[in-house]
Amino acid sequence: MATGIRDKVAILGMGCARFGERWDADADNLMVEAYREAIADAGIETSMIDAAWLSVAFDAINIGPSGLAASIALRLNNVSVTKVENYCASGTEAFRGAVYAVASGAVQIALAIGVEKLKDTGYGGLPVRSRGTMSDMIGIVGSAPGHFAQLASAYRVRHGLSRDALKRAMAHISVKSHANGAKNPNAHLRKEIDVETVLNAPMVAEPLGLYDCCGVSDGAACAIVTTPEIARSLGKTDLVTVKALQLAVSNGWELQGSGWGGSYFHTTRIAAGRAYREAGIDDPRSEISLLEVHDCFSITELVTMEDLHISPEGGAVKDVLDGFFDASGPMPCQIDGGLKCFGHPVGASGLRMIYENYLQILGRAGERQRGKPPVLGLSHNLGGMPNQNVAAVAIVGLEGA
Amino acid sequence: MPGILSFGAYIPRLRLQRSAVLAAHGWFNPGLKALAKGERSFANWDEDVVTMAVEAARDCLQGQSRDAVGSMMLASTTAPFTDRQNAGIVKEALNLRDDVATLDFGGSQRAGVSALIQALETAREDRPVLCVGSEKKQDRPGSEAEMTGGHAAAALLVGAGDGLARLVASHSISFDFVDHFRGSGEAFDFSWEARWIREEGYGRIVPLAIRELLAKAALQASDIDVFVFSSSLRGAALSVAKAAGIAPAALVGPLDAGVGDTGAAHPLLLLAHALETADPRQRILVAGFGSGCDVVLLERTEATLAPVRRLGVSGWLARARSEANYVKYLALNGLIDIERGMRAEIDHRQPLSALWRNRKAVLGLVGGRCRKTGTIQFPKSDIGVNANDRAIGTQDDYPLAEIPARILTHTADSLTYTPDPPAFYGMIEFEGGGRIYVDFCDAEASEIEVGRPMRMVFRIKGVDETRGFTKYFWKAAPAA
Repeated sequence: MATGIRDKVAILGMGCARFGERWDADADNLMVEAYREAIADAGIETSMIDAAWLSVAFDAINIGPSGLAASIALRLNNVSVTKVENYCASGTEAFRGAVYAVASGAVQIALAIGVEKLKDTGYGGLPVRSRGTMSDMIGIVGSAPGHFAQLASAYRVRHGLSRDALKRAMAHISVKSHANGAKNPNAHLRKEIDVETVLNAPMVAEPLGLYDCCGVSDGAACAIVTTPEIARSLGKTDLVTVKALQLAVSNGWELQGSGWGGSYFHTTRIAAGRAYREAGIDDPRSEISLLEVHDCFSITELVTMEDLHISPEGGAVKDVLDGFFDASGPMPCQIDGGLKCFGHPVGASGLRMIYENYLQILGRAGERQRGKPPVLGLSHNLGGMPNQNVAAVAIVGLEGA
Repeated sequence: MPGILSFGAYIPRLRLQRSAVLAAHGWFNPGLKALAKGERSFANWDEDVVTMAVEAARDCLQGQSRDAVGSMMLASTTAPFTDRQNAGIVKEALNLRDDVATLDFGGSQRAGVSALIQALETAREDRPVLCVGSEKKQDRPGSEAEMTGGHAAAALLVGAGDGLARLVASHSISFDFVDHFRGSGEAFDFSWEARWIREEGYGRIVPLAIRELLAKAALQASDIDVFVFSSSLRGAALSVAKAAGIAPAALVGPLDAGVGDTGAAHPLLLLAHALETADPRQRILVAGFGSGCDVVLLERTEATLAPVRRLGVSGWLARARSEANYVKYLALNGLIDIERGMRAEIDHRQPLSALWRNRKAVLGLVGGRCRKTGTIQFPKSDIGVNANDRAIGTQDDYPLAEIPARILTHTADSLTYTPDPPAFYGMIEFEGGGRIYVDFCDAEASEIEVGRPMRMVFRIKGVDETRGFTKYFWKAAPAA
């Protein structure tokens, strides 16, 4: 019987580069920027790191193959570096590698670093790329907003909403994230907007307008993890430990089977259920303090509130409009601006979410700090598209919480 | 006697208003005004001779057994491949049996009628011949050909029985009469003076072929009830009819108002149109002109038209979307090099070995049906998708192309590159099971909604411009 990851691994230090259009920086500069903060936070030397996991999603257009890029940029001590790619969930995947390595006892201190240099493509949005030989023959090229816009078409019919009613709830989500991002010095987008701006923006992929979409950014984020015992021996108090770490990957049922209607993420529901069991959470709506979710598009965030079992099915619109997820609401979502405004350097995003939860729990989030520091922070990192994807859920919190 | 068992057609939905051509080019050539009436059909960027042939063949094969088809002939002067059999692609898309003969016809505007004669000559066994003419000619912007041309395909199923129209006689004469030509690799035709073509070409060659045919059949010109012949030169068909002694009233309408001259496909298209209304025992003479002349004489039998869901020429004619934007026509036909943006730079290189392995799925839209559970899925896989029974190796071929479907999810994507934005796509579910995430085509935003009935159509998925390869797959179009 698996016992799960709860409280077996502590976060020793974290770092995050400034996200944005980093015309000044290569991928290795971004990694160093995040790493310097993390290693200082951890209070260790590079020589103490036993193994590393590197996440990057578009390696073909930035760092190239293998884990070499991190080893060279950070001058690691010839330790193992495993490069992972799991669509936009890659960051949480790197974290999982490092955490599992520590939990297994195979290593004492492990590094997870995620990086993405996207602003060398020459155009906005995610780069166009192949998803494999078969997909090139029978799949959709499409754009990310086009794939995720499908959710809105199905959600509207499933829950009997008019296009405008759904658009307005989606707009509230973006307005909220912009307000939060404005308070975050490391965020890519730091401008507050209003609902009318969102509703009147140019259409990207019906019904997603410009402000329903996150931008793509350059950036890096990293975590150094170890056992609670080693953390304490290094002088750490108020440990933030890993409570749950779950990944659920589509097996083709949504895409090829029957029964999925397209209005929700099958995998998120599975990953969330497993994560709550692993963390010992019975009622996520009352027990989780803070959410960082994969808000690549406003509609993604909306349906995710239900898939994480925070809002009842069909109830997310009401919760969103009621301000339940606003920075001042009962359960802030994207208090750092989220993918929407902090930015989305793909391979780094999962780690950036954990970084925010870590800072908030320790009361170190600066101007955007939640008044009463959260106890349990959930991050939800999603890769792929609604009909075939990788859903990752990580829950971190104070040791013993 | 062999005869025509069934017929079908395909006319692309897009119709260019000829007044738009005049508006663009009238400053240079005011003479275009004389031609600037009505509309011409044109293929969208994702349609070519092969895809149009597939649609016409599907129309023709309504109510017919595909497994019975013994050979497949494709006539065109604008087929996408010079060396990869175009008829062979059509065969895969139609999911015909592997033991069929396939043959491309080309080289002249009479290729369509030549193919029909060959089909009638060879269809003496038990397996009928599918004979398709399809044409998508590029016309030089501002040319008269741009005004008078059109894109379409027509299909005829020819078999040993009398069918709807039995063969009476056929005849061919050949001359290297060069009214126009298009050298290998050239985009456009070079044409000689119309008056010379009218008098020396149509005026002499077609009547000669008709006289010799009638002599073979021991018939008079006055015995001809329906004369299938057209020319983009105004009045030429009527002059030919008169010169041959055929009653002007026998001349079929040229479909110039809504389609235009569709080259090698045109005589077959007009024949398919004529067969929609021809009366029993009417004699139908079909002439194809180009490097000589092919003529074939048919007689409508007493057989009634089967009540099938065929659209035919009339049905496709009615399914039109009028286009007044001349530049859009140019862009969709590759006649203008517009800025497409960096997202268009994606490499469409096709691993040919992978296409061969997956040809049934890719070209034929053949999925799988589990022998144990009945689960239908696309594509087939070793381990089935049914969550309650992961049966291994239990899937039989299950063709999905003819099964109606409904939209489950959708979008109109303005970010991704497509030559005809926005890109409509989404998930659809087939009646009886199975689903696919697929591009939509021939769609307007107002037509796309959850639950909308769709039908699958064979289209171009992408073009590898570097290597000159066309990739095909299926898309979903709003069902009528």
